[in-house]
Amino acid sequence: MTVVKAVTCPVCGSLCDDIELTVEDGRIVKVKNGCALCESKFLGYNSEHRLLKPLIRKKEELVKVSWKEAVGRAAEILAEANYPILYGWSSTSCEAISLGLELAEEVGGVIDNTSVVCHGPSILSIQEVGIPSCTLGQIRHRADLVVYWGSNPWSAHPRHIERYTAFSEGRFERSAWKGYLNKIKASIVRKKIESAIRRVFFKGKPSAPSNIRNEPPSTLQKEGRKLIIIDVRKTRSAEIADYFIQVEPNKDYELLQAFRALIRDQEIDVDTVAGVPVEYLEEVADLMIRCDFGVLFFGLGLTMSSGKLRNIDAALSLVRDLNMWTKFVIMPMRGHFNVTGANTVFTWQTGYPYAVDFSLGYPQYNPGETSVVDVLLRKESDAALIIASDPVANFPKAAAEHLVKNLLIVIDPHMNATAQLADVVLPSSFVGIEAGGTAYRMDHVPLPLKKVVDPPRGILSDEEILRRILAEVRKIKKRRAEES
Amino acid sequence: MEKNQKLRVTLLTGRTIEQGVGKERGKSSKEYLESVSVCYMDPEDLKRLGIKEKTNIMVSTDYGSVVVKALKSLRAPHPSVIFIPYGPWANVIVNPETHGIGMPSFKGIPAEVEPAPDKPVLSLEELLVEQFGKKSK
Repeated sequence: MTVVKAVTCPVCGSLCDDIELTVEDGRIVKVKNGCALCESKFLGYNSEHRLLKPLIRKKEELVKVSWKEAVGRAAEILAEANYPILYGWSSTSCEAISLGLELAEEVGGVIDNTSVVCHGPSILSIQEVGIPSCTLGQIRHRADLVVYWGSNPWSAHPRHIERYTAFSEGRFERSAWKGYLNKIKASIVRKKIESAIRRVFFKGKPSAPSNIRNEPPSTLQKEGRKLIIIDVRKTRSAEIADYFIQVEPNKDYELLQAFRALIRDQEIDVDTVAGVPVEYLEEVADLMIRCDFGVLFFGLGLTMSSGKLRNIDAALSLVRDLNMWTKFVIMPMRGHFNVTGANTVFTWQTGYPYAVDFSLGYPQYNPGETSVVDVLLRKESDAALIIASDPVANFPKAAAEHLVKNLLIVIDPHMNATAQLADVVLPSSFVGIEAGGTAYRMDHVPLPLKKVVDPPRGILSDEEILRRILAEVRKIKKRRAEES
Repeated sequence: MEKNQKLRVTLLTGRTIEQGVGKERGKSSKEYLESVSVCYMDPEDLKRLGIKEKTNIMVSTDYGSVVVKALKSLRAPHPSVIFIPYGPWANVIVNPETHGIGMPSFKGIPAEVEPAPDKPVLSLEELLVEQFGKKSK
């Protein structure tokens, strides 16, 4: 039995690097420090859903074949395609992504990563407006006001609050954890009393739920770190916040611009903005100005709702404006563990962070045209290589419909919806468990991914699979050049 | 309370902790598939439809219809706002419009909900055949 310390968790963009794994007979048996997602990954990765042999579709059925045959077929599909798509990349290592870009250039395809359906609009806005940001370490030690907008870290980045923001014990800012525990205890007592009163006086009739909207921000008067959540629905994260602002769906832009007006001391002529009374917004704006070090984390609530990149424009501008008064930073809550790395490696090698088209032999970038969902909606691609992603489960139907008509190659450790419809399935090892590599945390800090255990027999890493496909594609192209 | 057979709502899609745990366990695991073939609704909206929790409902948008299981939202009220976790079921009904920037519209989509106690929630395989007409596996 060995204990491996300081393992980086390959699940979300928080990239917690303090995980301790107990390994027994080549298997992980215990996970320490991890969240529910982390435990599920480290304990469940080797489940019955694991792909253990390369598969090729023959007569409507996926059948087991040798690596040589599967890699040969994949290379043939890519080399013969007119306009292939190479998509995924955010849940693999930077080293594999680098090879993928080489492959995309070789086959003249469109290469795109999952930020296109995630923080793509954020990237577009950052390119226009700029981003005042910092590392998570600085936030942990210094931030006294933490705002999450359109993001539910408690579910999507479960240890984010504990490791980097309100509940972390910083050098200059104390954790707000104790205050939260007291709040929870008080609310349990209150609920018990309420339910007792109900039972005695109303004979078990349930009361109407209390309306959470439109509470004045009196809870923000406390000392120490403050946590504000702004979202369209009350999430787990909203429950632990000092103040929760419920914005009407698709009205984030109005609210952001209202805050911009308020911190410039401009009058707003209406009583409510996006369903929130202006007087409450004034108090929150005042708090933003008065804090010593504020941070705004934003999630897909802004990038996926009406306005998309314009919402991010407004959020970035709000933070830029706040810097006239105090220190304020902003950061997107990146989802996949290496989506930031995908953007970084794409930019090193092509000049652009996502949606890169090599069909003319040089990189072109025009999201809306060269982005994978648009290519699919226009029904232009004829083959696709999907790695570490499941677009059939995550793209709108109209886009997935064309994807499954393409000759489809899937590289993934697990059977998923996309692999079920694929023509070639190449089983890979788990990066960060069975293969090493590098990943970028959401604040652009690179961290090493560890190889903790060996992969099942005969299973290759993403890197090795891509290297073999690339070599095979080059062979086919050379052969063709010689023939002609 | 007057019972409507159809309810106009706003559809949100997103992550839940159950979906996250399920997807790490495996995208064909029971945990994952059960966590994404559901729809969280305001208890008052369930009453308006005249149904109980765990009844199947049909959610329709301009882009398609899908049958999922209705669950009571833990954090009400949010009248006329429904939530389906990201996954193959939500995909059928989200808005593919990318507004020229590559990003489909996954949140804030106008939708209609109606009770569908007689219609089954399809399995992943059935859903893929229904949606893409392509046999899986």
